[in-house]
Amino acid sequence: MSALSLRNLLKTFGGLVAVANVSFEVEDLSIVGLIGPNGAGKTTVFNMITGNYRPDSGDVIFNRRAITGMPTHEIVSLGIARTFQNIRLFQNMTVLENVLAGCHCRMKAGLFSSMFRFPRQRREERHAVEQAMRELAFVGLDRQYNNLAGNLSYGNQRLLEIARALASQPRFLILDEPAGGMNDQETEDLMGLIRNIRGRDITVLLIEHDMNLVMRVCEKIVVLEYGAVIAEGTPAQIKTNPLVIEAYLGVED
Amino acid sequence: MSAGAIKERCRELQNKRWFASAAFVCFFLFMALAPSLLDLFGVSGGGIAQLDMLNKIGISAALALSLNVILGQAGLFHMGHTAFFAVGAYTTAVLSTMYQWPIFSAMPVAGLLAAAIGLAVALPIIHLRGDYLLVVTIGIVEIVRIALMNNIFGITGGANGIYGIARPAIFGFVFNSPKSQFYLIWSFTALTVFIFYLLEHSRFGRALNYIKADDTAAAGCGINVARYKLAAFTLGAFWAGMAGTLYAANIRTIEPTSFNFFESVILFAIVILGGSGSIAGVLLGSFLLIGLQDVFRDFDSARMLVFGLAMMAMMIFRPQGLLPPRRRRYDARKLMGKYACGISRQCGAKYNPYDEDEGSAS
Ligand SMILES: Nc1ncnc2c1ncn2[C@@H]1O[C@H](COP(=O)(O)OP(=O)(O)OP(=O)(O)O)[C@@H](O)[C@H]1O
Ligand SMILES: [Mg+2]
Repeated sequence: MSALSLRNLLKTFGGLVAVANVSFEVEDLSIVGLIGPNGAGKTTVFNMITGNYRPDSGDVIFNRRAITGMPTHEIVSLGIARTFQNIRLFQNMTVLENVLAGCHCRMKAGLFSSMFRFPRQRREERHAVEQAMRELAFVGLDRQYNNLAGNLSYGNQRLLEIARALASQPRFLILDEPAGGMNDQETEDLMGLIRNIRGRDITVLLIEHDMNLVMRVCEKIVVLEYGAVIAEGTPAQIKTNPLVIEAYLGVED
Repeated sequence: MSAGAIKERCRELQNKRWFASAAFVCFFLFMALAPSLLDLFGVSGGGIAQLDMLNKIGISAALALSLNVILGQAGLFHMGHTAFFAVGAYTTAVLSTMYQWPIFSAMPVAGLLAAAIGLAVALPIIHLRGDYLLVVTIGIVEIVRIALMNNIFGITGGANGIYGIARPAIFGFVFNSPKSQFYLIWSFTALTVFIFYLLEHSRFGRALNYIKADDTAAAGCGINVARYKLAAFTLGAFWAGMAGTLYAANIRTIEPTSFNFFESVILFAIVILGGSGSIAGVLLGSFLLIGLQDVFRDFDSARMLVFGLAMMAMMIFRPQGLLPPRRRRYDARKLMGKYACGISRQCGAKYNPYDEDEGSAS
């Protein structure tokens, strides 16, 4: 069954067609990579899935339900979480408080019960801190819980964004260039982490420029160029696809 | 002990979780003694002038704290807060003089009406960003002032305003003397601090801070940004309306000029100068801006010059305000290292539950 399917998504900015009739499927519990040269429209596709942009036309179907044009917070509560290409952490808050932001949508206490700290709310709060710490441990940042997010290394900031996204208990995780700015060792560890995420029954869709990572970790790859899908298939098929080779060589010269 | 060691001890003390609550309790205990201290030191005129001053500061502090929820916590550039204060004050005045309502019964009505108007105004503009919101909210103060000026609904008394507002009374006790007014007003300010302190440390306060820091990221975390912004706005307006009740009952004659744009600017400055989002900072800002205004009253134009220069100096040397908010702390030390982690680097090769398929995917 496919967890997410995109049908004929179209998005233009003024005269620029950023995404032109993009359709593809993401199978449940798979790891899918979305690749393509700079400016191909990858992030724009992500923004349409998460409700940051509304497509000009086309549909986003998540678990057989159309979520096109829904507000972002509702999409998150349905179970789609994301990270951002240009890291968007709450820089002046602690690592733990950043992850608590992800827990927020699974908490129920209303204004008054959270202010007056009724027992049930206290329990919920304690539970949220515990869950946040578990996600931090999962990405390996639990010892840094009290540091400022802005003081973390670049690679760790990416991991923190993943922890924050996981804290919203998603069934589908969207990663926009998770290895951007990471060194080789960190990228190697990230591959393990992505597999572990899938091991928790979360489907993963990622954008990445690091071909080594994409080829090793993804089961299916979708290639975008100038806003359109030019190829789709397993890593082995993509590696030998002449259109893809041309697109990438075209960028390099 | 050396100066360095003392400084170190102070910092340690400040970092304790109970430090802020203890500081607030000490502050309000001291304020409770203020009238007696004025007596004790035989301040001229029985300290009436000083008590009046403190009463003014108390009301402004409560009002500025309600603005702090909107401006300081949620980061909404709202410069029209005086409008809600005016709605509260006029509601109280009308209910008191025309319908002989007791002040304390008028208070919740004043709050609710201000909140309703706050919500109605905020709905269409809440999505505006920064400077756009600022301009629109400035418009709100002017609209309200002009409406009052023009005797809207024939009940606001036009430019003359409304006089003869009753004193607050409870169980036959009338808050008549400046001293009893002082205790009434500062009890309300203390309640305000208590309520907003709880708010700041709740899930709600946290959500507002996420929104202030980055509303796209906050929405991406599943926070309903528009709803929280509206809630902050409505709550702030509600509290400003109730502060308006106390003001009306304290001053007993209200007129449109008391609610002009300049008062809104002062409120805005109290929050920004004191420390946006910090309750202690807003209290300090109220003392400085309202208190000093009075001290410099005799040099009217020079006052504005000093005020302007102080603002500029602050924005250059201490943009975060005099007492910026403290970092929230969570007790999670005992949870560290409790859960097995998923990344090999930090754990070594110790434990990685999903390690089986490592390497098989290429
Ligand atoms: N909000 C926007 N307004 C105008 N143009 C936009 C906007 N967002 C994206 N674009 C344009 O749409 C095109 C696709 O951008 P997008 O960010 O999706 O590319 P990308 O594939 O993610 O590239 P990269 O690998 O550099 O991140 C680009 O030409 C970009 O300039
Ligand atoms: Mg991109």
